[in-house]
Amino acid sequence: MGFPHREYPAMLSSLQCFFRMNLTLPRTLAEKIIARAANLDRVKSGDIVTCQVDLAMMHDSGGPRRVAPILKRLGVGVWNPDKVVLVSDHYVPGDDDNAKSILQLTRDWAHANAIKNFHDMKGICHVVLPEHGHLKPGMFVVGGDSHSPTGGAFGCFMFGIGATDLAGVLVTGETWIKVPATIRINLSGKLRNGISAKDINLALCRKLGMGGGKYQVIEFAGSGIENLDIEERMTLCNMTAELGAMTGIIAPDTVTEQYLESVGAGGTNSADWQSDPDANYLEQHDLDLSDLAPQVAAPHSPANAGPVEAHVDTPLDRAYIGACTGAKLGDLHMAATILKGQTAAPNVRLMVAPASVKILADAKADGTFDILTAAGAEFLASGCGICAGYIGDLLGENEVCISSTARNFQGRMGASSSKVYLASPYTVAASAIRGRVTDPRGFLERVAHD
Amino acid sequence: MTDDQKIFSGRAWVFGDGINTDVLAPGRYMAAPIKELAGHCLEALDPTFAANVQPGDLVIAGEDFGVGSSREQAAEVLKLLGIGAVIAKSFGGIFFRNAFNLGLLAIVCEQSATIEAGSKVHVDPAAGQICIPDKNIILTSEPVPDFLLEMANRGGLVAQLETRLLGKAGKNDQ
Repeated sequence: MGFPHREYPAMLSSLQCFFRMNLTLPRTLAEKIIARAANLDRVKSGDIVTCQVDLAMMHDSGGPRRVAPILKRLGVGVWNPDKVVLVSDHYVPGDDDNAKSILQLTRDWAHANAIKNFHDMKGICHVVLPEHGHLKPGMFVVGGDSHSPTGGAFGCFMFGIGATDLAGVLVTGETWIKVPATIRINLSGKLRNGISAKDINLALCRKLGMGGGKYQVIEFAGSGIENLDIEERMTLCNMTAELGAMTGIIAPDTVTEQYLESVGAGGTNSADWQSDPDANYLEQHDLDLSDLAPQVAAPHSPANAGPVEAHVDTPLDRAYIGACTGAKLGDLHMAATILKGQTAAPNVRLMVAPASVKILADAKADGTFDILTAAGAEFLASGCGICAGYIGDLLGENEVCISSTARNFQGRMGASSSKVYLASPYTVAASAIRGRVTDPRGFLERVAHD
Repeated sequence: MTDDQKIFSGRAWVFGDGINTDVLAPGRYMAAPIKELAGHCLEALDPTFAANVQPGDLVIAGEDFGVGSSREQAAEVLKLLGIGAVIAKSFGGIFFRNAFNLGLLAIVCEQSATIEAGSKVHVDPAAGQICIPDKNIILTSEPVPDFLLEMANRGGLVAQLETRLLGKAGKNDQ
């Protein structure tokens, strides 16, 4: 039995070739991160693997009040308190008894479990994490919130999980995943004046639907990325949740490096965390940013999106600029560009909830706060606020709102009879001025002529 | 559910596409005790649901069931109301994990729209079969992977962790 001796060298050479190929097969960025976290040479989509978690993020709603009873039942503590970041944002500002007690329970748990990275009422988790330099390229991160894909803007593999899953991570430091495939969105060109990442997201929601992401990874790539700043990249990744993806991701570049440096999280080699040129993608879609018009999603789904024209002149009661999706500093700047020297229509309540306390301070320092206040904006606490619909001045019966947030599900932001139109901060601001859904580009032309 | 009840039956409540976490567990009741929250489950779509649902009933839906928030109360209220399983054309990824973590079966069935409200349905999650005896129809569902079925049958992730960490026998306390 066996092969003639003369064939051994050829066989050996082909075996070596096979193994070398296997190790150097092109991989997506997500596959590289998952393989590292799973301590495997390579992973392929569909594999069930167990990953070591580099960081676990949770907030006041899905965090301590849900996980503490589980840890107590199991009789164990947190596997590594230094790898946990806790953020109180959902029940901020805590203006009723339930909210107060949830916020206090969160503080007590943070103290009892020696959680050093506890950000109490400092802003929304997805914005507070990068502000404090918690996220770096190549990390495998779980977040107890569905908009956790926001972390993909920093080259992390960060995805949302529920509280019981989170408790499992807190206890073991690991979690299982079914390795996702990657859907690549190739962005080219440059957004025109008055158009933002939010419009890209809404256009994709229309094109792909809320299930279009198939619980796989959506990687944004292509020359169009270069022109998007870090906050716009956060918005892009954030709303992969509305595309039904497991997460979104963008490979780090000089924009990422400069931001990370500025928050004391520099030093990563971006070249290590890129998709290989010939990596295998489940699907690829192309989007020319220079073609894009302002988008609006009608009630009650982000997938009901389309060009703003279809909804122009729809009467509004409220204009809301808030949330991790739509109230970062750049989002407030977009609104201020439109609202400078203007005022909101008398029948419309213009409300602004900056995504973090730092963003509010920055907006005060650079004059944005004054512009928005002069336009009639009412400033709300830096938290999830009425976007999550847990607390605050929720929408009343039949109230119609245009919002820079991510979701317009029926009843999410208040009464079941209320209606929410989703749009960019530019479009929300322009609509506030007229009290009706409005294309912001008209106001920008006016600014240009002034 | 115990191991000897792998095939089960229930009466169908039928909903459409895009049944999201916010209609399953409305945000404004999220600070309330879970029993109170359960009373508002799906009320925006069917105000009679929570009051009239019976233990063992099944929720049938179209695409993207449980899409939206990571709030696992969306699955927990269904479990608390006694729902035996959710059968949908597709699920939001986080909801799917949450359901099994809490001991609720989420079953993917391409032809879920065939099932009519009020009909009696037999489900074999491991084999991937759904039977509607009155219409003499058998539908194919995606077989639930063994490790997920075992976790759900045990009562969820916490019971499984209990076994792993403490060496205790899994107990069904759901």
